[in-house]
Amino acid sequence: MRELQELSSKLLSEGDVSVVIGYEEGPRGVRPAFIRTPEETNRLVFDHRAVQNLAVYLSPRRAHLRKRGRPAVVIKGCDARAVAGLLRESQISRDDVVLIGVRCGGVYRDPESNGPLSEENVADRCTGCDLREPGHVDHLVGELPSEPPATDRRKSRIAGIEAMSPEERFDFWSSELERCIRCHACREVCPMCVCERCVCEKTDPSWVESSPHLRGALAWQITHALHLAGRCSDCGECERACPAGIPLSLIKGKVNQVVEDRFDYRAGDDPDVPSPLGDFRLEDDQEFIK
Amino acid sequence: MNEATAARPSSEGEAFEPRIVAFVCNWCTYTGADLAGTSRIQMAPNVRIVRLPCTGRIDPLFVVKAFERGADGVIVSGCHPGDCHYTAGNYHARRRFAVFRETLSFLGIDLDRLTFSWVSASEGRKWSEIVNETTARVRELGPFTSYRDLVDEG
Repeated sequence: MRELQELSSKLLSEGDVSVVIGYEEGPRGVRPAFIRTPEETNRLVFDHRAVQNLAVYLSPRRAHLRKRGRPAVVIKGCDARAVAGLLRESQISRDDVVLIGVRCGGVYRDPESNGPLSEENVADRCTGCDLREPGHVDHLVGELPSEPPATDRRKSRIAGIEAMSPEERFDFWSSELERCIRCHACREVCPMCVCERCVCEKTDPSWVESSPHLRGALAWQITHALHLAGRCSDCGECERACPAGIPLSLIKGKVNQVVEDRFDYRAGDDPDVPSPLGDFRLEDDQEFIK
Repeated sequence: MNEATAARPSSEGEAFEPRIVAFVCNWCTYTGADLAGTSRIQMAPNVRIVRLPCTGRIDPLFVVKAFERGADGVIVSGCHPGDCHYTAGNYHARRRFAVFRETLSFLGIDLDRLTFSWVSASEGRKWSEIVNETTARVRELGPFTSYRDLVDEG
């Protein structure tokens, strides 16, 4: 923690960056903080509660943040995958940002949790995470932690849905998506949603109905999942941000699984690995095409 | 409600005729379908064709929209690998639809309602088979009620 604060203070006082985006104590666990002066850096914290993916503040869609000048961003291994995605797609330039990588031993599902990480309170994405240390960063802080506890919660839920008949699956998702109020928190919190104007806000023609009706909710979630295919960094922020508690990371998890099985691709922290949906092989499987 | 929905038989006694939307590429499948027509090949009249420049132009949202507007089945068809007029459009589409169909399946849409095929400009016969097979399969499945209810209710 001390190391992170001192580094941030140094970056700010030397004028290297004009804002450090990190975590501070908030009303519910920790919250994102925008630190502008060296004196404020003592507010910075980092622990298992740091669930938020701060790479979202790098998106070019957030032009008002860009105006604040060059940022330094505190990123975990999973956040580094989102940063790599933005770099891969030339949404940001590497020189425009300073990356402070923190060694991470997993985070809670719910930022309000406390105590040691356990199978019950660990975030789904931490299972199988091999990025204790984010790569391609400018600075790396923190002690090397032990591996987070593993949970097969998400895997077993996905398997449970797959075991249903198509009608049962449709009913399951209908009952979940019926609660959607179309607030688009899932989009706002998504680091890979970079469009300046989202397709679901286009009204002429209207591709995705915007009223809080199951029809539009289903179309929107299909769209979001497919726009993220091969791009999703699996940060699970869409599900955490959802005020209706819709298990959105099951859809994203399923799509990521399909992409991994078919194209042997898993989102990593290396921006030079091409995205599978922007690429193809002549010998790709086509068993489903007649 | 759009015209296509209004034309649908609604009374109980009438046999169910599936309504199928085909998204096809201009260069191969559309021409193949044209050949099927000029060759006077008989086939099920249930398919409405939407012609697009390339399978790479087919946004998965088109398919979702077709279901929203009351389609019971969808065909997506284009040039065989290697034949794309734009060199690689169908290769990109192949990857996209591989992910798309599994996503739809996970969300509860029966994959038997979807047909993907490669039909070249000379394969009028194959096109008629795709149309007949898909129509028969979707007729067997019946109307896509789960999605239709969702369309009708508001």
